[in-house]
Amino acid sequence: MNELAPLATLGAADFKSAYKPIWCPGCGDYTVLSSLTKALATIQRPPHEVAVVSGIGCSSRIPAYTSCYGFHGVHGRALAAATGLKVARPDLTVIVTGGDGDGYSIGGNHFMHACRRNVDMTYIVMDNHVYGMTKGQASPTTEPDWDNKLSPGGTGIRAFHPLVIALAAGANFIGRGFSGDPNGTAAIIAQAIRHPGFSFVEILSPCITFRPEQKGWKEIVRAAPVDPTDDPALAARRIMTDDGFNIGVLYAGHRNPYPARVGLAERSVAELEREFEL
Amino acid sequence: MKTPPQTLDDFMAVALAMENEAVDRYTEFADMMETHNNGDVAALFRTMAGYETKHAQHIMAQMGWTAAPAVPRERICWPGYESPEAAPVDEVHYLMQPWHALQLALAAEQRAEAFFGELAAMTTNASVRAAALEMQAEEAEHVGLVKAWMAKLPPPDRDWSDDPDPPRYID
Amino acid sequence: MPPTHVPTPLAESPAIARSYSVAIAGSGGAGVMTAGSLLLDAAARAGLYGLMVRTSGPQIRGGEAAALLRLGPQPVATLDDRFDLLLAIDWQNLHRFADEIPLGAGSLLVGDSDAGEPPEALRAGGTRLHLLSLKKAAKASGGAWVNMIALGLAGALAGVPVQALQAALRASWKRGAEALAPNLAALQQGVAMAHGLPGERPLPLQPPAAAPAGRWLLSGNEAAGCGALRGGVRFVAAYPITPATELLEWMAPALTRVGGTLLQAEDELASVNMIIGASYGGVPSLTATAGPGLALMTEGIGLAVAAEVPIVVVDVMRGGPSTGIPAKSEQSDLSFAVDGLHGDAPRLVVAPNSIADCLAATEWAVQLAEALQAPAIVLSDQFMGQSRAVIDRPAQAGVAATRLTASAADTVDAPAYQRYLDTASGISPMAVPGTPGTVYTADGLEHSERGIPSSQAGDHRKQLDKRQRKLDRHDYGPQWADVEGDADLAVITFGSTTGAVREAVARAAVQGVALRLLSLRLLAPLRTESLAEALRGVRQVLVVEQNHGGQLLRYLRSRADLPGRASGLHRPGPLPLRPGELCAAFVDWVAAHAPQEATA
Repeated sequence: MNELAPLATLGAADFKSAYKPIWCPGCGDYTVLSSLTKALATIQRPPHEVAVVSGIGCSSRIPAYTSCYGFHGVHGRALAAATGLKVARPDLTVIVTGGDGDGYSIGGNHFMHACRRNVDMTYIVMDNHVYGMTKGQASPTTEPDWDNKLSPGGTGIRAFHPLVIALAAGANFIGRGFSGDPNGTAAIIAQAIRHPGFSFVEILSPCITFRPEQKGWKEIVRAAPVDPTDDPALAARRIMTDDGFNIGVLYAGHRNPYPARVGLAERSVAELEREFEL
Repeated sequence: MKTPPQTLDDFMAVALAMENEAVDRYTEFADMMETHNNGDVAALFRTMAGYETKHAQHIMAQMGWTAAPAVPRERICWPGYESPEAAPVDEVHYLMQPWHALQLALAAEQRAEAFFGELAAMTTNASVRAAALEMQAEEAEHVGLVKAWMAKLPPPDRDWSDDPDPPRYID
Repeated sequence: MPPTHVPTPLAESPAIARSYSVAIAGSGGAGVMTAGSLLLDAAARAGLYGLMVRTSGPQIRGGEAAALLRLGPQPVATLDDRFDLLLAIDWQNLHRFADEIPLGAGSLLVGDSDAGEPPEALRAGGTRLHLLSLKKAAKASGGAWVNMIALGLAGALAGVPVQALQAALRASWKRGAEALAPNLAALQQGVAMAHGLPGERPLPLQPPAAAPAGRWLLSGNEAAGCGALRGGVRFVAAYPITPATELLEWMAPALTRVGGTLLQAEDELASVNMIIGASYGGVPSLTATAGPGLALMTEGIGLAVAAEVPIVVVDVMRGGPSTGIPAKSEQSDLSFAVDGLHGDAPRLVVAPNSIADCLAATEWAVQLAEALQAPAIVLSDQFMGQSRAVIDRPAQAGVAATRLTASAADTVDAPAYQRYLDTASGISPMAVPGTPGTVYTADGLEHSERGIPSSQAGDHRKQLDKRQRKLDRHDYGPQWADVEGDADLAVITFGSTTGAVREAVARAAVQGVALRLLSLRLLAPLRTESLAEALRGVRQVLVVEQNHGGQLLRYLRSRADLPGRASGLHRPGPLPLRPGELCAAFVDWVAAHAPQEATA
């Protein structure tokens, strides 16, 4: 849209673009998109002041489905691009989206350092325990015994624990949502955006095409039976014993976000060059 | 059910929210089906979205509202994560046939009917009860309409979900 | 566009003025690098020009090292064929430097009488060996460092006035005044030792009466960083790698002072993507790396091509392939820089050809990247990056880079903003996030003009044409190359080799052999028309470069119509090409290509 709607009347629909997603009908990402737009509608910023950065994969298609500025980069590098963007433009609200393959495998190193760096942004991972876009390989969060073509009989490798890694690496906010609970997820995302520093929200989002059994997730997902904590040690114990299906805000810490350093120029370039003069 | 609404305004706001969620959901389904070249089902979902829009407009007119009032999360009293009238996102299929779509709609209307009945039984507010019973009756009517519609449609093919082609790579 | 190197007529070439080359070598604790830096600084104070190259063993501290200097009355852009003086505080493992410190008849070899015999490899025929009590003299001088003796000795032999040596030492002194005195005394002792040396020695330099005003002393890496700032870079992502790290380290505080920021990345995959993100946000951005890092960055550079996001990647080339020779120079990333991306991916490649040019060429690269919304690779190298030189004050800064940005006005006639609008120039207005009315999603996927992913033939063709056209149609001006002379035989080169080639051409001219010189600064896109114009009247070309495979020769042959039968003179690193060997090769080549006698 070319006109700026007054902030007070922005609704979720204002954050959706005209482009219809190509995801398989039944995909959890549809409701994640809905949750994201609902959350953005509550943060009192127009869409053109929000940037959505993604990598490659089904979930990474999200930027173009919003009416925000979008960056659809290469596989695994969304957090790096988003970090550069936010550090250079601290005035923007930066959301990073992607899947479990993009985020935890090729993106694993950037994931760790983004948590550590604690730049103020919100990272939403739509976790379906599979590489969907490339047709069904095991991802780092896939169960070790899940049979697939690339690893017949399963990988035999223990699944990655992204929330534990996030906490250990320094993420300032950790939450888990479920695509089957769009309003609850929207609330977690909104809270994540408002929380300073690096906010990580994993959203269980079933893949209807390659993991149809994940339809059963709605039976086992539950509200986390604890309140969010700001004690990393307590959060660590909870998250390490978590079975991956507790929904809610699990950790909300108090680390200072990476400071915005762009600002007033104290010197001109010509003044700097004096150091070379004989 | 969580705490039922205690005032007519609150109740109608909840009912309106249900209709609006149903509109959004059916519209989304229609878009999905259109993107996947399932035109018949897309048209059907658009029709459903149209009906729900009318219901929503009816409530707004009845209450004299120009915009849907926000329903705070604490006042959401339906069971489960989503409104009873919103068909679950994971129950669509790109090869679904019109009969399936109506089956979804039927289930949604039945859930809505049951919800209003339960609400009517649980509320202590007379005007809320009256409104809830009225809603329930309307939903029952919709159930009947959908059933009649379904009766006119051919049942789905036995192998309706068979697709000889494997999924494609696009990224 | 600011002028860079103004082509000089060969007869006035500064390259054939007398110079003095000195190497100061020694092992851990000897402080030869410090001595070399001070000598260069002193020479500058005395009004001379100079170049200092460092070389060392693989140890992080304490191993063998040598400072290699060439000083003279005119700007120095290459090392000479041999050193006039090698001053070694000890001989440990110095045989490793034999190739890098060529000596010959008349060269002075000065060592410590207590350090044993110099290695055979350094005893070229005709060198004059003098053994002095360097370490003992330092000790006797109240605990001064032996490198101060060396500084005085080398400086005096080179012709650098003692006042300049003293001034350089004082200016650099960071410890207490009491410690300065013995070192000044040691300096004086070194000078005295120089005057006391018997026998013949190479003539010392005659410094000018007054030092030319306004000169700078800096390394190529610093110059590149400075050029980046002049161009408008205000965001840098950094991952350390030899020999680029100093560029990033110089930029870190400098950026903060001009209101920018530098962020250390976890790896090169991150740093290239960070600068893409920042540039997408509207801020001119840069990173610096070497071959192995550039290899990791190629995916990101391709993304910048496809999504049309301007970035600058400085590649300070070193010995390759793979980990190669990290601390030595080579020009072997050319093929990779001009062609090393998957898909049809046009990009800019700019090659500075001297330490001074590192500033102007990097500034230009930033301007080009921003104007053309494309990635630019700056092909610097270890020789320029890590060497320090005295240069004339660079020309006034040009206009900082400007990007064609979009405003809501650009959407008046269109239903929605077209980020990748096909235009005659190929350049589309680029929206800055935060601007209402011009929201778009940048994409590495092929896309329509609107930016929506597309696999349509028409869209792909349109975008490929556009991305190529925007580079082809740009007016690059005279900076694309330095073209000197008008002979009918031409030597073509790029990068740091230019200094040696230029001097060789000047020496050949003295012998009556005329050559035209082309030093290419814009390697991609290759300006074939400009090249043809620059080679008008040329019968044969010789392509000179420092790599094993003749990368520039192959590149030019594959893209341009070269006259005659192009030949190449190429040698890989780590040794630099030197003017004497090049001159001899040029003379032979010219003789072999003498014009045929006209037949009756």
